[in-house]
Amino acid sequence: MENTDRSKQYINPYLGGVLLGLLLLATFFVMGRGLGASGAIKSSVAATVNRIDPEHAQEREYIGQFITDDQHPLNNWLVYEVLGVIIGAFISGSLAGRLNWKVEHSPKISARTRILFAVGGGFLFGIGSQLARGCTSGAALSGSAALGTAGFLTMLSIFGGAYLFAYFFRKLWI
Amino acid sequence: MGPLIPQGVIDGGWSFVIALLVGVCFGLILEASGFSSSRKIVGLFYGYDFTVLRVFFTATITAMVGLLYFNYLGWIDLSMIYFPPTYVLAAIIGGLIMGLGFIMGGFCPGTGICAVAIGKLDALAYVFGLYLGIFFFSETFSWFEGLYTKYALGQVRITETLGISTGLFAFGFVAIALVAFVVTAWIQRRVKPVVY
Repeated sequence: MENTDRSKQYINPYLGGVLLGLLLLATFFVMGRGLGASGAIKSSVAATVNRIDPEHAQEREYIGQFITDDQHPLNNWLVYEVLGVIIGAFISGSLAGRLNWKVEHSPKISARTRILFAVGGGFLFGIGSQLARGCTSGAALSGSAALGTAGFLTMLSIFGGAYLFAYFFRKLWI
Repeated sequence: MGPLIPQGVIDGGWSFVIALLVGVCFGLILEASGFSSSRKIVGLFYGYDFTVLRVFFTATITAMVGLLYFNYLGWIDLSMIYFPPTYVLAAIIGGLIMGLGFIMGGFCPGTGICAVAIGKLDALAYVFGLYLGIFFFSETFSWFEGLYTKYALGQVRITETLGISTGLFAFGFVAIALVAFVVTAWIQRRVKPVVY
């Protein structure tokens, strides 16, 4: 019963969608760009590599382009935006009583299996997001709303891909 | 008039403050919609919870139609709105890899970060994986380089690609979304509920 009660505290998905759409519209109106997420992680990877081995970072053709002399890699719009996401999600979670340390997984799999697949899934999503120049937020949502062709291609491929592979991973979830 | 910062209406120095505020709202909406739970998110792919489709589609059509109205009213210059350039193969292959990562990990980057914020340790593992994946991509970029730049179409809009008018496309997209809302609600009533 506890689970049912908690899920009732989520807002109506269509209301959530309208709010998210208005936020995206406001972001376009003020900043001339949309929302994002994976870009901030890319910046922190660039910052870490640059911190540990600056020469190596400069040599890397891909990550090197995000490291400049005049600006720290973390001094980036998306990094501040994602810091905000953490704060916002924490506020929402604490108001709804959802803050607790846990590994959420289906009773049919162990916490360890869930963690392993989470790392693996993140690893692949990380690669894919760099190849497609953005993730669900930056490429698919913001890109499609701005009518960019890449946004629609990426959106269809992400969701289409997940449906395509869902059968093979059903034991993880249902 | 808009976009305000690129047009110089608001000083660019405010952009990081705005970034933080936008992020707070983004995090609030995602978490309150239930995106801090991987089992709720993947319900989309097994038919027991279509929240992601509802939120995502509604957000896309709201922002898309809003931008078109803002443009019609002369409030915003659409040519100054940034969106990623199109590289056909990279968008499709990258998207499919993300789809595989999505069904294995249960999150996308934004939702994973939200879930970390409320203490989900599986999400922490997921974000760690993201970090490793991006590092791996950077280290092995030469493997991906051909794919990354192949079939470049530049800064192209879907209406140019399909050769139809913006209004017609937006109308069609909204119609598809409405049909999807009805069909998925019908499916969800027929799929065995999953308690999570």
